[in-house]
Amino acid sequence: MSPTLHYDAVVLGAGVAGLTAAARLAEGGARVCVLAKGVGSTHLAPGTIGVLGYDPERVEKPADALPGFIAAHPDHPYALFGADAVAPALEWFADRVEAGPQPGYRYTGGLERNHFLPTAVGALRPSALVPETMAAGDTNAPVCVVGLPVLRDFYASLCAGNLRRGGIEARAVEIEVEVGRVEANALGLARRFDDPAFRAAFAGRLALLLRPGERVAMPAILGLRDPHGAWSDIQRRLGGPVFEVPTLPPSVPGIRVYNALVAALRAAGGRLIVGAEALGVEREGERVTAVRAHTSGHDTLFSARWVVLATGGFASGAITLGSDWQPHETIVGLALRGMPAPGEPRFAGDYFGPQPMSNVGVAVDSGLLAEGTENVFVAGAALPGAVPWREGSGEGIALASGHCVAQSVREREGAAAAA
Amino acid sequence: MIEDLLHEPLRNSLDHCVKCTICETVCPVSNVTPLFPGPKYAGPQAERYREQGEPVDEWSVDYCSGCGLCTMHCPQGVKIAELNAHARYAVKQRGGVPLRDRLIARPTVLGRLGTPVAPLANAALRARATRVLTERLLGIHRDAPLPAFAGRTFQGWARKHEGPATGTKIVYFHNCGTEYYEPDVGEKVVAVLEHNGYRVEVPKQDCCGLPLQSNGLFEDARKYVLRLARALAPHARDGTLIVGNATSCTVMLKREAREILGLEDDPDLALVSRQTYDVCELLLELHDRGELKTDFQPVEEVVAYHAPCQQQGHWIGKPALDLLALIPGLVVHELDARCCGIAGTYGLKREKYQIAMDVGADLFNQVAASGAGLVACDSETCRWMIEHGTHRRSVHPVELLHQAYRL
Repeated sequence: MSPTLHYDAVVLGAGVAGLTAAARLAEGGARVCVLAKGVGSTHLAPGTIGVLGYDPERVEKPADALPGFIAAHPDHPYALFGADAVAPALEWFADRVEAGPQPGYRYTGGLERNHFLPTAVGALRPSALVPETMAAGDTNAPVCVVGLPVLRDFYASLCAGNLRRGGIEARAVEIEVEVGRVEANALGLARRFDDPAFRAAFAGRLALLLRPGERVAMPAILGLRDPHGAWSDIQRRLGGPVFEVPTLPPSVPGIRVYNALVAALRAAGGRLIVGAEALGVEREGERVTAVRAHTSGHDTLFSARWVVLATGGFASGAITLGSDWQPHETIVGLALRGMPAPGEPRFAGDYFGPQPMSNVGVAVDSGLLAEGTENVFVAGAALPGAVPWREGSGEGIALASGHCVAQSVREREGAAAAA
Repeated sequence: MIEDLLHEPLRNSLDHCVKCTICETVCPVSNVTPLFPGPKYAGPQAERYREQGEPVDEWSVDYCSGCGLCTMHCPQGVKIAELNAHARYAVKQRGGVPLRDRLIARPTVLGRLGTPVAPLANAALRARATRVLTERLLGIHRDAPLPAFAGRTFQGWARKHEGPATGTKIVYFHNCGTEYYEPDVGEKVVAVLEHNGYRVEVPKQDCCGLPLQSNGLFEDARKYVLRLARALAPHARDGTLIVGNATSCTVMLKREAREILGLEDDPDLALVSRQTYDVCELLLELHDRGELKTDFQPVEEVVAYHAPCQQQGHWIGKPALDLLALIPGLVVHELDARCCGIAGTYGLKREKYQIAMDVGADLFNQVAASGAGLVACDSETCRWMIEHGTHRRSVHPVELLHQAYRL
């Protein structure tokens, strides 16, 4: 017999979608438990919130572009909950980060206009909501890209060269820092930049290399626990704008997002269990009554009135493609949508092209309730109809759908209470 | 060779590694020392170059403390810590296991030797000269936290203890720490269980073999854990649950012995594995059913709570937090530092003590910053390390429940 624990809501997945849904449900007074097989995509993502970057041309103003995009893509997640649901989600997120464990660290922007921020290879990537520590990346002023030779995941000259090709005056400098091998990575260096003495010495040496009027681009290693302190301190010492450029994983700004959302969940009394892989569910008719999770020794049943599936898509193994060419949602066995019709192409030759298979996802209604269930909601990359890497929409979908799911559950709770 | 067979499922998991580096961000050891190159590098990456039956010579895996956080955080299900445990076994097979490791991996032998002469043994363990000598002769670091022998055993108490005649039967797996060093913790566990309507049975039992396993002594570890399974299984066949307060030893019974030592097919161990509960896991489930007594009196105290790595390896979250929240007056600060550093016997070793202290530094600083006078923690070796690193008393969460029940 498996032990059973009762919650109001069980959320599967600890990425942006799952943690957002969970924290917001907990804030509404629900007893919430998040089950995660491992840590989610936050640690790999740049920490920026892209809502709509390409349609298919570069989008300057997401707020203006969203209605047209939705009209043209009626099967897209944004079409399910509508453009109006996105802004409150961004606002909620920005508030949680600001109230979070990283003092003073905050996000800036919104749907009014996209920020075009340099990536580590010097391309400009559109994002709606960005950490304040990156915002100065969004101008055409001359830039000095700073590399640290010990950080082999960031090549300042590559970044600067491509920025120049894009018409931005850019050059690269390198600063040697004395760190041990364990700190010769983004996370280790970020911890060093939490230390005021370390960053003071660093800024002192960098100041000598800067030219008047130059912005400073740094790999995103300016502090893990105190990024606002680290960034503002360096900016003050250099006397000009400084911005972070996201690096290869591990992504420090992504870890900050995870830390902020987990803190919001905890502050609201929610629980997070990492390592407990959801295996399946118990059900009564169309109602899922409990999630069975693989805990050490014996399984544990997490009974809940509401279940939120935020487990991702193909990449995370939440959806698999069988040898019969049928896709499966692996935990609840939910009905899927978006599968290319027989005879239609499933994959495109262009790796980064719009892959037809990527449209596959869980069939849901406009409240993100999964088809054929009474109480399973879906958020994030498990939703069908998006091509996030083309659209620059992955974080926006995760955040807005997580936010919407919590709203849907609250409304149903309210309706049930009224009845 | 049995190692080859049991190695296959673990090895197959490495193909799921997408090199995302999430494990590297959580590894307590590789974040403080270059001697361990990190879970991804030493685990799935290096594993591709290891040929079964071929000699290995990479002592860096011996610097993995076996905390298991890498496996727990891996989003792809790669058995990183388990692969590293096997690599450590292989390198120790070839290079030999020092006498020290053979000794500190046998807590029952040490316990039986030290208990009758506890005052003398404790005085010796406190004396600088003996510690320096032990460091020189054996390689146990002179400053490493060693517990004091209680001078009596928990089994001795349990034999004389008269519990209630009725109630739900439950088997208590008390582990070596309770037996020789902290029998009072065991007494409190029994009292809390009895208060909640259990009739507690304490079968004769020995070490679970975890320290042997983590020191690469797989053959001996198998003997110990199977002996323990034989001792516990007859009491559990009728569905009776087994409960333990040492979260490392219970996770050994639940999972590690089967996965790392390849004992998936032993029926006694399978039964014990299924029916073993951590005491906080059990009590929280009881509370969830509305059956936990909540006649808690106030405990006016500020306590910091640290969930040990191997408690996290139960994959049940932090039930102690929910239980402690039931105690009126108690203010609990959840710490988010990863590891205290000790990892069972790891931090006792001369060459690893400083690494352990560096790993624990974050936790020790968080305790200091929390303003708590007391640290609650589920695992005994972690508690001893926390007391060493923070100069504050550290207790098992059940001790606080016991205090609040006024038993």
